[in-house]
Amino acid sequence: MRSPRRYSAKASRGNGRGRRWLLPLFLLSPALVLLLGIVAYPIARAIWLSFHRLEILRPDLSQYVGLDNYRALLQDSVMRIALQNSAVWVAGVVLFQLLGGLVGALILNQRFPGRAVVRGLALIPWATPSVLVALMWTWMLDGNYGLINDLLVKVGILSRFQPWLAQPWSALPAVILADVWQGIPFFAVMLLAALQAIPEDLFEAARIDGASPWRVFRHVTLPLLLPTILITTMLRMIWTANYMDLIMIMTGGGPGYSSLTIPLHAYYTAYKRLDFGYGSTIAIVQVAILAGAIVFYLRQLRRNEVMVQ
Amino acid sequence: MSRRPLRRLFVAVKLWLPLGAWLTFVLAPYAWMFITSIKPPEELYTKSVRYWPSQPTLEGYRLLVETTPFLTYMRNSGIVATSTCIIALAVAMAAAYCFSRLSFRGKGVLLFGFLITQLFPSVLLVLPLFLIMRSLGILNTPPALILAHSTFAVPFSTWMLTGFFNAIPRELDEAATIDGCSRLQTFRYVLLPLSAPGVAAALTYIFIYSWNEFIYALTFTADLRARTLPVGLQTFMGEFIIRWDLLTAGGVITALPIVFFFMLVQRQLIAGLTAGAVKG
Repeated sequence: MRSPRRYSAKASRGNGRGRRWLLPLFLLSPALVLLLGIVAYPIARAIWLSFHRLEILRPDLSQYVGLDNYRALLQDSVMRIALQNSAVWVAGVVLFQLLGGLVGALILNQRFPGRAVVRGLALIPWATPSVLVALMWTWMLDGNYGLINDLLVKVGILSRFQPWLAQPWSALPAVILADVWQGIPFFAVMLLAALQAIPEDLFEAARIDGASPWRVFRHVTLPLLLPTILITTMLRMIWTANYMDLIMIMTGGGPGYSSLTIPLHAYYTAYKRLDFGYGSTIAIVQVAILAGAIVFYLRQLRRNEVMVQ
Repeated sequence: MSRRPLRRLFVAVKLWLPLGAWLTFVLAPYAWMFITSIKPPEELYTKSVRYWPSQPTLEGYRLLVETTPFLTYMRNSGIVATSTCIIALAVAMAAAYCFSRLSFRGKGVLLFGFLITQLFPSVLLVLPLFLIMRSLGILNTPPALILAHSTFAVPFSTWMLTGFFNAIPRELDEAATIDGCSRLQTFRYVLLPLSAPGVAAALTYIFIYSWNEFIYALTFTADLRARTLPVGLQTFMGEFIIRWDLLTAGGVITALPIVFFFMLVQRQLIAGLTAGAVKG
């Protein structure tokens, strides 16, 4: 009465027990070793560092200082500026990337010859090194010979050239512009993929019912894109909050502290003041703030979903 | 009769105008970089900006290669990116096979753990890693970067490859097993050929990541022995701020391999990048 299938299942179970773990463990071990050694251990070390005073040139002064670093953080006026800048940076970058990405996805979703190539070209900024993005935009934003100043003056928007990256009020917005440019294509391609997963009949049905293009977008496209938008936005916020390459290269957080964000503050504290303990503390607080923001975001999402239903 | 051509013109404009604007927005900075790189110095700094050089020249490229350590940076980048590709791809393929074809307890948690590593800020990791690399004595050598780049490229490439492996029906594995293939042979003769485009995409992702990476490269290297292109370009920006023809020439050369590899596998790469977003 025994079916062959059952027999084989039993056989493999009998043969497994101890050894069932062996192959997965063997195949995963290189990845696990790397991730434990290069990610998990450094995180533990960073936490340890945050309770210590460690100045790299004076190892003899290293000592356990308890919560001193965290206490110092509360008094740190630069930290307050960095927190504000980080908020502006994340909000500005993600908002404009989302809007631009949405427009881009709608444009690329049309039918036209050479669509595959255009779509590929559209993602090139994503694959461009941040140093290169910084280089291109620093040159275009140049206060004396910059293309952007030139065009704005010729069109009549500006009366004279502005040193965009050297003025406190315009430095952060200028870097945001560069990052928005780099990030829009990624958003566009993500949303485009979601757009193409929507069955064509839905649009057709709405059109037959007499919906205008705007209403089709508002009541069919947007609701169906929403899950992708929310997830991509969240991942992008985390990524943007942690991203410091562009700011570091284009302004170095300056002039003054006008474009200094939290990760940059942590980095410069460690490498310019050589204070690894305090630098690690700032980085850990950054993670904590970010984790708090994600939890808040997810809660908000869940509440809104309940309201919709 | 007279309305139809007009209508067709309208449809064409409605399609190509936004498309043209989009492409201009995306590609103009590259075009401007290229134009700048072929300008002679006296045409770079004119009162009113010139949009095309009257005397295009490759002098900037020649000077870049002859008078700066650009090629050394490029060699370092090549060594680091190639080694990272080999290590990270091997590690990720083994892990992805595991996640796709084997069942074991804690698989979900483990895959989630892999991905969560992507969310930690590099600044949190780079400070302790600097100390670790220093005590290992590999600061300012390519292995430090290869180790870091491989690790940070593994989670996402594992995830991408798992998706590509999952798309291949398990029935094919079973058929191969019945025909007497071992696990390794099944992997070699069934899974690998069928997922070759996906593997190429993962490889390109790893290469691009390593070629472009800046923070770790900046922190773990000190001079020509290990500095990669991004760090080299950044030092140039400090030193040659008045030689934008050299800087942009360096930019063009840095971008070329990326654009080349990217366009080669863009279809698979886009599929791999977007898989998760659509499912979610």
